[in-house]
Amino acid sequence: MGQTLYQKIRAAHEVRRFEDGSSLVYIDRIMLHERTGSIALSNMIDEGRGIMTPEMVFSTIDHIVDTRPGRPDGTRMPGGQVFLDEMRRTTGQLGLRLFGTDDPRQGIVHVIAPEQGIALPGITMVCPDSHTCTLGGLGALAWGIGSTDCEHALAARTLRIAGHRQMRIRLEGRRPGWLTAKDIIIHLICRFGAGFGAGHVIEFAGPVVEAMEVEERLTLCNMGVEFAAFTALVAPDRKTLDYVQGRAFAPRAEDVPEAEAQWLALTSDADAAFDRDIVVDVSEIAPTVSWGTSPEHATPVDGLLPGGPGLEAAYRYAGLEPGTPILGQPIDGAFIGSCTNSRLSDLRCAAALLRGRKVPDGVRAVCAPGSTAVKLAAEAEGLDAVFREAGFEWHEAGCAFCFYAGGETFPPGARVVSSTNRNFEGRQGPGVRTHIASPETVAWSAVNGRISDVREVLS
Amino acid sequence: MKGFTAHTGVALPLMTDNMNTDVIIPSREMKRVSKVGLADGLFANIRYADGKRQPDPAFLLNRAEYADASVLMLGRNAGCGSSREHAVWALADYGFRAVLAESFATIFHDNCVANGIVPVALPRATLDRIADWVMDNPSERQVTVDLSAGHVEADGAHVFEIAPLAQRMLIEGLSPIDLTLEDRPLIDAFTEADRARRGWLYRAGQG
Ligand code: SF4
Repeated sequence: MGQTLYQKIRAAHEVRRFEDGSSLVYIDRIMLHERTGSIALSNMIDEGRGIMTPEMVFSTIDHIVDTRPGRPDGTRMPGGQVFLDEMRRTTGQLGLRLFGTDDPRQGIVHVIAPEQGIALPGITMVCPDSHTCTLGGLGALAWGIGSTDCEHALAARTLRIAGHRQMRIRLEGRRPGWLTAKDIIIHLICRFGAGFGAGHVIEFAGPVVEAMEVEERLTLCNMGVEFAAFTALVAPDRKTLDYVQGRAFAPRAEDVPEAEAQWLALTSDADAAFDRDIVVDVSEIAPTVSWGTSPEHATPVDGLLPGGPGLEAAYRYAGLEPGTPILGQPIDGAFIGSCTNSRLSDLRCAAALLRGRKVPDGVRAVCAPGSTAVKLAAEAEGLDAVFREAGFEWHEAGCAFCFYAGGETFPPGARVVSSTNRNFEGRQGPGVRTHIASPETVAWSAVNGRISDVREVLS
Repeated sequence: MKGFTAHTGVALPLMTDNMNTDVIIPSREMKRVSKVGLADGLFANIRYADGKRQPDPAFLLNRAEYADASVLMLGRNAGCGSSREHAVWALADYGFRAVLAESFATIFHDNCVANGIVPVALPRATLDRIADWVMDNPSERQVTVDLSAGHVEADGAHVFEIAPLAQRMLIEGLSPIDLTLEDRPLIDAFTEADRARRGWLYRAGQG
């Protein structure tokens, strides 16, 4: 029987197979950020452990760093300075690369990993951060781990992982021009449930995925963890190879032919077996927004909010009623950013809707590019001016409003449309009501001052 | 890490589905570059009524009979969301030794094992029965998690399954790193063979 993409990558990294079906797998590259990486590193120093291969470790500062223009403070998180200081101290002491705030390569870990060529097809990557699955969009086997596993990967260049069940989601049908990867993934989580992927590796496949740009595939895989999956991935193809080529930590020019030959072999065989094989017709999907406190609490933007048992707390938090429309709900805030949707392609799509329009008074709108490189590239094309003229704050690169750590936030009760990936209670601040959506929906809702349907402007 | 054979303690039947790690410990409570001292921030958003850290009597852990809880009970997809290991450290710091749930998010499950907390998966109906039984008299009706025997004792004995490796690591209190470093020769041999196979990776980004 044939092998799946996941099985091929896993087999190529298996150092040892255990009787219980788990394996010790080789980890090619590790990424760290200050929020969790600082803890793993300082713990390793305390325990006197060394790092097996320091040159395969890449660290950055993204989570709690001040993103206000010019970064007036180190961090807005009360007591957060210790994480920044520890990250600098520990990476310095252990001889690790750090893309700090003064480095043009700085940015959100999962944005800079593809951008700098750190994430590559067919490699294994981990980071103590749940959205590491984003990198599956390039065909990397990448997953989020806890601090203890992170210390393990750093000290032993390997991790022990269980056998995983496998699910393929084939996306088929005609994809309307306004339908984004974000709409598709929120729709899938809503339709099948936030726990549906538990214990699984999800391979996204089918003609719609093949036709997607690489950055869209990153968005799709980013929310694999919101599906409870171990990780998600997409087979690398010519588009992936072109995307990777020439990036700072990608193979050298003379090595490209050999690497590419290996990468192009990374597809699931025709007779490979999946525990679940699902086909979804994307032509039936509408622009999708979340309404509650789990990504599965979502609805077509023009639909009525669902009823059902067990949703009372979510409705109470959201300040909404079942059976009513989400369309037209007045908003207080809009955020474009995060590892889901803050790459140059996202900012371009949002800017196209903002050009010549203005966010109404009373709505605070913020854009935080995913990386310093994205920010500079956007500024070079004048996108920053488009955002600013539309009334958006134009921030420095970082996680910013994606999650609340005691610093920057919207007021309690604020209704915020956000291009992020989590709408948990308090995720963006105490009482803040997050509606996750595509950057297009965020931009269009922002200028209308209410949750809006992009089909009004996009065909 | 302490080894674990069996533990008996007060159960906290929250029973919530999709209990995410942001709720177990909110990000702003993770103020230290350390694994201890997090108990105070455990469940902060639902445990305290306002910013002033007034215990909210509606939250079970704030009731006297549950204050010493050491066995957490949740619904499906326990520990979903952020990979923050602080969620498990905060539980351990408070004194929790086991989590009973219908299903677990993978990262949270593995973090539990790495930190000496036993993740026990049980069918929903069983969990509901145990919860009902506990709630009648939480301080008297304590729950025993017997890891060596692989069962939970409450209203009766309920057998559970746990991966053999997780079981061994918990029982022996093994550090996963030390366990793996016993295989150092295998890792070195893999590196050598891999360097020949995938030279492009080892040369990448080296100028
Ligand atoms: S942008 Fe948000 S989800 Fe992504 S790594 Fe940062 S905090 Fe996590």
